[in-house]
Formats: sequence, C-alpha cells, structure tokens
Amino acid sequence: MKSDSENRTAGDLLLDMRDIHIEGFSDDIWHPIIKGVDLKLHRGEIMGLIGESGAGKSTLGKAAMGYAQPGCRITKGTIEFDGHDLRKMSDSELRQLHGSRIAYVAQSAAASFNPAHRLINQCVEATVDHGLRSADEAKSDARELFAALQLPDPDTIGERYPHQVSGGQLQRAMTAMAMSSRPDLIIFDEPTTALDVTTQVEVLAAMRDIVEQFQTAAIYITHDLAVVAQMADVIKVLRYGETVEDAPARQMLTKPEMAYTKSLWAVRSLEKPQETSDDIILRVNGVDASYGGSIKVLEDVTMDIPRGSTVAVVGESGSGKSTTARVITGLLPPIKGDVLFNDEPLPLALKDRSKDQLRRIQMIYQMADTAMNPKHTVRDIIGRPLEFYLGLSGKQLDERISELLKMIELDDSFMERLPNELSGGQKQRICIARALAANPELIICDEVTSALDQIVQEGILKLLLRLQKEFNITYLFITHDIATVKAISDQIVVMFQGRVVEQGMKNDILSPPHPDYTQLLLSSVPEMDPDWLTQLLESRAESGAMSASGN
Amino acid sequence: MSTDDQTYSAAGEVASVALRRTWWDRTWRSLKKAPVTAWFGMIVIACYVIVAVFAPIIAPYGQSEIFETPYAPWSSEFWFGTDQLGRDVLSRLIYGARNTIGIAVATTALSFLIGGSLGVMAAINRSWLDQALSRFVDVLMAIPSLIFSLMLLSIFGSNVINLIIIIAVLDATRVFRLARAVSLNVVVMDYVEASRLRGESLSWVMRRDILPNILPPLVAEFGLRFCFVFLTIASLSFLGVGIQPPTADWGSMVRENAQLISFAEYDMKAAMTPLLPAGAIALLTVAVNFVVDWFLHKTSGIRDEK
Repeated sequence: MKSDSENRTAGDLLLDMRDIHIEGFSDDIWHPIIKGVDLKLHRGEIMGLIGESGAGKSTLGKAAMGYAQPGCRITKGTIEFDGHDLRKMSDSELRQLHGSRIAYVAQSAAASFNPAHRLINQCVEATVDHGLRSADEAKSDARELFAALQLPDPDTIGERYPHQVSGGQLQRAMTAMAMSSRPDLIIFDEPTTALDVTTQVEVLAAMRDIVEQFQTAAIYITHDLAVVAQMADVIKVLRYGETVEDAPARQMLTKPEMAYTKSLWAVRSLEKPQETSDDIILRVNGVDASYGGSIKVLEDVTMDIPRGSTVAVVGESGSGKSTTARVITGLLPPIKGDVLFNDEPLPLALKDRSKDQLRRIQMIYQMADTAMNPKHTVRDIIGRPLEFYLGLSGKQLDERISELLKMIELDDSFMERLPNELSGGQKQRICIARALAANPELIICDEVTSALDQIVQEGILKLLLRLQKEFNITYLFITHDIATVKAISDQIVVMFQGRVVEQGMKNDILSPPHPDYTQLLLSSVPEMDPDWLTQLLESRAESGAMSASGN
Repeated sequence: MSTDDQTYSAAGEVASVALRRTWWDRTWRSLKKAPVTAWFGMIVIACYVIVAVFAPIIAPYGQSEIFETPYAPWSSEFWFGTDQLGRDVLSRLIYGARNTIGIAVATTALSFLIGGSLGVMAAINRSWLDQALSRFVDVLMAIPSLIFSLMLLSIFGSNVINLIIIIAVLDATRVFRLARAVSLNVVVMDYVEASRLRGESLSWVMRRDILPNILPPLVAEFGLRFCFVFLTIASLSFLGVGIQPPTADWGSMVRENAQLISFAEYDMKAAMTPLLPAGAIALLTVAVNFVVDWFLHKTSGIRDEK
C-alpha cells in the first residue's frame, strides 16, 4: 500500500468518519466516551480538535487511525480513509497503514522514544520496515527533514540518543519520524503542551511548514486555543464526546456561535488591575544556590515581595524559578545570601524552622496528582494542617474542613473522596484548600495552572484572586505562561539562567522597551490572531533574533 | 451529563471515576474473580490455621504423651502410628502445625518490622544512614543464611526466642531491600515533600505517607518470606538446632523418623510416616505461593484479560 505523493491533490476528501461511537471500560461497565461524532478531513487540511480534558479528543484522534486503545472499543460508525473502511480491516492490514500512510505524534516525545537507540534509527524504522525506502535512502531523507525542522546539526544530530537532545528537539525529531514515510495523514496529540513558549514557536513553525510542503492532512489535538489558531484551517470543538461546533478557523475565532465555545474564548481576557504596597513580606537577598557540585543554579538572586500582592516569576524551564521556591521554603539551603520574612531572617534549612514559620509559607504544586497522597481522603488532606498547626479536632475540625470546601466552591460531598475520584481542577482546588487551612501569609504557586484546561485554569485563577482579596494573602506565582501572568500578577520577576533579568510592576515589564530576553519571551506567547505566527516569524527573520539552534 | 449546562462550576467537573465501593464489596468482587489455584491456597491455609489454633481440642493425645509401643503401626487407636518414643504421630502433626506456623509467623512479622522500617527510613534519608545500612545488609546477604544461622544458633544457644530473632534479622535483609526500593518511588512524590514542608515528623511520613502506598508489594512479599522462614525453621529443626524436643515440630519429626523410609518394602504405611510432616510442609508452602501469586498479579496492575 504505497503512498504516491505525486498524485496528491489538495482538497480531495481523505478521511471521512461518520457517526462514531466509542466506549471505554471501567468498573465492569462500558461507558460511552464518544457519542456520535462526524469528522471530514480533506488533503492538505489541518483540523484543530479542541475541548477540555475528558472531552474525548485523543480517543477520537486515535480512532481516525482505526485504533482504539486498550480498554476502549469502537462500537458504531464508519471510518473511511481514502476509500478504505478502516473498521473492516484486519490488524495486519491496519499495521501496514500505520506508519506508512497514517502517522501519530504523541504528547510526550521524551516518553515515546526508546532511550537505547539512536534518534535516526528510530525515525526511519517504520519507513524501512514497511519497505517504502531502503535504510540509506530513508536516513538521508531523515537528515533533510531534520534540516527542514530547523534542528541544529541536522547531519549528525540523528546519531545522538534521546537523552542527549532537549525536549523541543525531541518533539521535532518525532515530527520528522512521522514525516519520514510521507504519510497522507498525521495526528498530532498535544505535541507542544510540554514545551516552553520559546521552544513551542519553533516547533509549531516547523510542523506547519512541513505539513504544507507535502500536502499532508493533519488532525491537531490541543487544549490551547492560541496554538490551534496558528495551525488549523478548520476547528472542531468537542465536549462530553459530542461535537459542539464545527467551522473554518477564522470564522470560529471571530464569531463563535455556541455559548460553550464563547466561554472558551473568553478565558484569555481575564486581567487583574495591578496594585502594590510598600510593606515587604518576603525579601530574597543575594542568594546563590547549587545542587551540590560547583555549578550554581542560582546566582545573586534578589527579589522583594510586597504583602497582599502577587509576584509572578517567569522564565523558561531551567531558569531557576522552582529552585528559588525551594530556597524560600528551606528545601535547598542557599550557599550565599539570606531570606527575610517579615523583616526577620528565616533559618536557611527546613529543619531549623519553627512550626509557626512553616505555617506562614505554604506551597501549591504544578501536578495536583502527585501533590496529594492517593490513599488519603479529602478530609485527611485538608484536615491534617488543621490538626497539625492549629490543633483542631472533632467537631471543630469537621466544621473548618467544610468551611474550607465551601471557600474553594466545593461541598461536603467531596469530604470522603480519594484524589483519583476528582477531576484535575478539583484536585488543584483541594491543594489550594490544604494550603489555605494553615492560615498562611505567603503561598508559593508553582505552575499551578499549567497542567489544566483553559476553562478550568480560569476558574482556579479567579478563585486565587478572590481568596487573596478576602484574606490578604501574598502569592509568589511561578509560571511560564504570560497569559496567566497578565491575569493574576501585580509585579513580575523575569529570570534567565539562574539570574534575575528584571523585576518591576506588571505594566512596566509588559510594555516596551524590553531587555532582549524579555522581548523573546513575550513575543513567543501565542495570540488568538491566526496570522500571529506568520507575522512573528517574518519580523524575527528580519531582525535575525531567532537563532536556528534553538534552546 | 447534558450539553446544555454551558456555565462552568467546579463541583460539576467530570471526574474520571465517580464510584467507590466499600472495602467488603471490593474484596468480594476480587475474590469472585480469583483463580481456582488461589481458592485452593486460601482453603488450605484456612485449614492449617484452624488446626493450629484448635490443636488441643482436635488432637487425640498430648504432644509429648508417651505410650507403651514405640513405632506402633497405623491403627484405629493411633491413626498414623507412634514414633520412636511411642508418641502419637497424628497428635504431634497437629501440635506441630501450631508450633511451626506460630514461630514462622512471629519470625516473619519481626523481620518485616525490622527490615520494613529501616528500608523506608533509608529511602527517606538517602544519606550516610542509607549507605551504612545498605552496605551492612550487603555483607549479611553475602553469607549463606542457613550456615550463618547455624553458626549464630550454636553461639547464642538454641531456644525459641533466639531462633526467632536470628532468623528474623537474617531475613530482614531481603525485606529491607524491597522496602527501600519501593519507597524510593514514593519518596520523590510531591506529597512527601509537602509533608516535610509542613514539618511532619519522620514517623508520620513513614506511617501515613509511605506505608499505605507500598503495602501491596510488601504484603505479597510477606507471603513469600513466610514460606522461606518456614522452610528454614524446618531445616534447622531437621539439623537439630531448631525447635527443641519435646515440642513437636515438622522438621524434627522428619528427622526422628527418617529411618522408617527404609521399611518401605515391608510396610508401606510405616514408610509413609516421616513423609507426612514433609508433605504438610510442602502443601502449606504451595498453598501460600498460590495465594501470593494471585495477589501479586492483582496488585501489579498487569491486565492480560481483555
């Protein structure tokens, strides 16, 4: 079943999925996941598939390959790919199709590559296996693809092992792998979600070019609307396994019809007016830190955090944002400098701090899944700080837990649930309640919204703002998402390679002139305008600011 | 869930699993799905436990009651005959279950207490303590344990307390290894860090954060280690340094009547006598292994059924 890329004409119907029903198995019962979705995709077209988690995006994406993951089954509907009904094909026929005419790019490239083999061998494996090309041809072709995807040293990078390249490079290598057989259809399953904004731009641009160049059709699954705006020709919004809305991208972005779609669009408009105070609650003073060894992860980091406001720390991964948080919490005692809390120096190491000092600084984590013990109920999780710091017990304890649940907009019915019985947003809310239970003065939020869907993000951010107003809590908000920064912060600290690039009021930092790095960071944040990426690339090409070598 | 509700509410978010069953319900459901081998194992273990607990009621005679004829043949009076001193073999078998299993359970429990707590502690600590404990354990494991315990028993004298402590300590090394390895995966979780940031004590983190999450592999290991401890005690008794007479136990029963095997050509039944305690040991070991296999399979999350 060879694909002949010469005969491809843009506009032909390539994939036609009609009335798809998919069920998933849990608790001894089959639950519907997809309930009757139609999907049509033409050659050379990119379809953006968006929706919150649990909407069935990935399941539908995989069904487009005629594949249902273990524990799922396709119960009804037809999937016609280039005239062949995939549901009637045997496994071995499907296998012939996968990797030669249909390719899949997974969310986490790091988890999808085999660490024991060189990149280039993995990239050409399917192509060679399917007998589309000889190994040598495929390899030289892969090198060209590496170059087209702007990977550094395209001739030699394939000889490296997965751990020897960065996350963004790995994601591009995976796209090269998908393109290697020149498939008719590629399914991108959240391919840039795990990347920094600065890297994301490069990967997006590379993927868009290569899809255009070979007239490949693509399904692009994401929950990031701004990304989909750059990539897609048509957008399909899913919710609870059903289609909410289907429209060409531009029309969808400017005139969404359904209320749900409109609410998705509205999320990005949240913005907090900036405030400040002169009362400094926490001062990080000339801190150097390292994880053993001679390499300094932080160098001369100084920042002031005014009481009752939100200070956002931004920067790409590896810039020292989280390390700063570890220094403040005492997990990583600095080798130089000190941390002042309410003008009193805090003991540098965790074990030297008093219970009360610990109580005043609380932390909320990025991954709510791992931040809560899976064997503890919500009552245990929220109740423990109340017992531990405030000595509450019995009826008082129950009342306070119930109060805290109300504060985070949940009710008593959640009390006996275990973390895996909660949705992502609910988990993060419980983590917020746990931090709140200690009556803290400062809460460190480490990327608390980055693992969540946009609509859930908005809910969490609004909750954090409301709590700040009610209890005059100070937030140190670590993030790499500028939209979040706009929504929540009063002040911004920009970090790069373990140093503070600048600190100032939000409006000052976000308006020009910027230092080079801040400029790069800010301009990399996708906007809802479908022409944004094109314009950005043009302007960067002119100024030569974007280095091809990448991160 | 209808698509009409367009407004967002935190409580209305779709959680992955909405249904939680009670402990009994879950246990019953998994028991129903258990394979025949597991059921066989569970029934056999239950029988052993009943026999052990109610030994004085079930046994026709006392464990050290001596009758006139040594080596009496099988009869309605002495079902399995009498041994070299004229004690009823059936009664000794029944009491032997009590003594051998009792000591084996106590030893395994002690070794899990020692090995488990040190292993978890080493995993949390990850510093010189971890190094010191791990290397010490390596040294202990390098010496063949049967020979080592023979040596220690001859130094400290062989009584039940010493037997339990020595075997428990030697066996704790394996438990330590396992507990440390599985804890390492849990220690790196954010919730352990969150507990440390809260200022929780080491013992709270061990008991509440780590133990519940490493319990399934430890329980499975408990079954396996029980078998090994059981065999070790039987071997030591066979060699004469284990449980001391007149207390009945299966290991020494095999030894004491071993020569009867050579009577096989004259009296088949008499030759069977030393094989009875050996068979009892074998049956229990197999039964425990069946149950452990099933449990391991269940908790490892491997799903081979579609």
